[in-house]
Amino acid sequence: MAAVTLTLNNELISAREGQTLLEVIRDHGVDLPTLCHLDGLSERGACRLCMVEVEGTSRLLAACVTPVQEGMNIRTDSDRLLRYRKMLVELLLAERSHVCSVCTMNGKCELQALAVRLGIDHVRYEALHPALPVDASHGRFVLDHNRCILCGRCLRACDEVEGAHTLDVMGRGVRSRIIVDFNQPWGSSFTCTGCGKCVQVCPTGAMVARENIAGRVEKRPDFLLRILDGRQKRVWRW
Amino acid sequence: MNRVELQAMAETERNRQKAFQCRFLCCVGTPCLSAGGGVVQEALKQAIAVQGLDATVEVVGAGCMGPCSRGPLVRVLPAGGEEAIYEHMTPEKAGALVEAFAGPGCSSFPEESRISSDSPFFGKQVKIVLSGSGRVDPDRLESCVAEGAYTALAHALREMTPEEVCQEVVRSGLRGRGGAGYPTGVKWNLMRKAQGERKIVVANGDEGDPGAYMDRTLMESDPHRVLEGMALAAYAVGADQGYVYVRGEYPLAAQRIQRAIQAAERQGLLGNRILESRFNFRVDVRMGAGAFVCGEETALMASIMGRRGQPVPRPPYPAQRGLWGLPTLINNVETFGNIAPIIQHGGEWYAGYGTEKSRGTKVFALAGKVSWTGLIEVPLGITLREIVFDIGGGIPGGRSFKAAQTGGPSGGCIPAAHLDTPMDYESLQELGSIMGSGGLIVMDDRSCMPDVAKFFMEFCMDESCGKCAPCRGGTVQMVRLLQRITDGGAAPEDLEQLKELCLLLKETSLCGLGQTAPNPVLSTLRHFREEYDAHIREGRCPAGVCDLSGNSME
Repeated sequence: MAAVTLTLNNELISAREGQTLLEVIRDHGVDLPTLCHLDGLSERGACRLCMVEVEGTSRLLAACVTPVQEGMNIRTDSDRLLRYRKMLVELLLAERSHVCSVCTMNGKCELQALAVRLGIDHVRYEALHPALPVDASHGRFVLDHNRCILCGRCLRACDEVEGAHTLDVMGRGVRSRIIVDFNQPWGSSFTCTGCGKCVQVCPTGAMVARENIAGRVEKRPDFLLRILDGRQKRVWRW
Repeated sequence: MNRVELQAMAETERNRQKAFQCRFLCCVGTPCLSAGGGVVQEALKQAIAVQGLDATVEVVGAGCMGPCSRGPLVRVLPAGGEEAIYEHMTPEKAGALVEAFAGPGCSSFPEESRISSDSPFFGKQVKIVLSGSGRVDPDRLESCVAEGAYTALAHALREMTPEEVCQEVVRSGLRGRGGAGYPTGVKWNLMRKAQGERKIVVANGDEGDPGAYMDRTLMESDPHRVLEGMALAAYAVGADQGYVYVRGEYPLAAQRIQRAIQAAERQGLLGNRILESRFNFRVDVRMGAGAFVCGEETALMASIMGRRGQPVPRPPYPAQRGLWGLPTLINNVETFGNIAPIIQHGGEWYAGYGTEKSRGTKVFALAGKVSWTGLIEVPLGITLREIVFDIGGGIPGGRSFKAAQTGGPSGGCIPAAHLDTPMDYESLQELGSIMGSGGLIVMDDRSCMPDVAKFFMEFCMDESCGKCAPCRGGTVQMVRLLQRITDGGAAPEDLEQLKELCLLLKETSLCGLGQTAPNPVLSTLRHFREEYDAHIREGRCPAGVCDLSGNSME
């Protein structure tokens, strides 16, 4: 595969053709924040946290869905980008009820970690606090809509890796919600295989296993790659 | 059917029409039907039957005639004489009208309810897309063929190569009428060169801007014009399948298009071996389910494929990988409406209308505070003043013009100071608005601009698909801030936050909906900043619309 040369934050780097900007940026040690991206799942391009500046275009580009091109000059840390990232995380925090102190994922949550990293000590936007239900009808898992950031990782894992497509989204805009089958209690689903992949990939406390609640186990979103490498490439890494 | 038979069909129908002593054309577009047009048509038919005039007088449905707020409209075409349009028709008036035209050789028009033919509403209009609207019966193929439908297609299939069709469209300078204004010829050439096992042509009829109904009217009034444009596009780019995507709220338009497809297929004007050539093109109708975002091309394709209608990042563009991975050409319904006249009269003829960079004509839905509302088609480059004061007849009730909103929730407002701005893609963009699909809402001095911005922001909030974080969360917060401003509870820093959110949405949203959602706020802030300040700093609403006592807070 052909190599391309580009500039990342004033540093000359090389990459392979066909890679996304996000892969290249992370390969070179820049930890660009993301929430909807997960290695092993298709790109959704929805959280908009990985937006970068590319010289020659006035628009910002989402790194996860932009293929690398020869001669690109990329900036990942301008004031504008940092400001937008912070605003985006604040918007997510204001959207539902993210009260960390009473969340089972406190200390292990990707959203919380990102907020800390971006120095968010308060949210400037009006908290919406919609009254959303908690679905605890499943024997092993719990779905708490109040913690959901609609990143869509769970439904992609369910569809693309497990192949069940139990989960999807209903409604639109701020009223969007993850649903099980035709919006029925999780416990009554016939299509759910109970594999738990959705729970493992969920970045927040929206989907947890009952053992997570007891605080004994941590989520392992990186296991997807092990499954996929084994399935597609016959490579088993433990 | 071949070319000769097509001409014969047109000739037969023209002779049939000439045989009538008088023809009554009743508008059967949605606005006139909802004003009682169906009853009027029945009353006309009945009056004619009672007088035993069936053989000499004909009553037919026809499409939109323009001044929609004056419906139901009836156009009277006496043999050989001039014509007249009658407004606000009722069953009683219909009887009187038949009386007046019943006698042999009658050419004296009753003056009651007659719209003067030299009314300025018609004077400055140039009808290219709408040339058949209000003249042809949308449910009868023969009637459309008599007015020239499918002759451009017959000509192109026989005399032109696909390259030449594309070149003609390039020469015409036609730009996409959906709003973005991408040059249609360039798009077709890209699509023609795209590699794919099969190719698909899609007409975007998911017209969602509040107050805009150009596409609906065209589909209801002259469906064959749209289908012919699509067939020409398919021939030019090498496609063999087409979809007309009609929004779910337009059942009548979908029905008319569906019937038109069936009629055209029966006559070999669509389907296999069109006009006995080797060109095949099948068209199907797909209905939306009420989501504004499905007007965005990637969301529209998802919807056609039966998926949840939400956008996906581009590239790949539809011309590279569209419906089911095949190269797909998506144009607005109105864009397709321009194609047949361009092929028939040549690109240079079309380019003779409009301005240097914005050629041709544009259909606008003129709404709001003007005396004459309705559907108009004008050459691009006409000034806003001409549209509002000449065609629209000015602001009623002695009020003054305040602003006009173009482009709906993705556009912006144009204040009185810029009334002499030419209506073309670039000039509107410079003012912070956009051409958009053609919605044009006129506001008088009783409109409060922050309140207008709030209306459009609420629309965008309701219509955001919820996929990307800035649009989903940002629109809600912007509505909250605007609510606070119009309630009188806002602080000066709220305005700063509002501006910051505008930029965030504009620069980080996934699709056009989110990227353009801040436009109404940005443009009202630019042209009417003092109104925002009056709300926030002085606690008063200059237009007297908002209750600033805080009582309306939830």
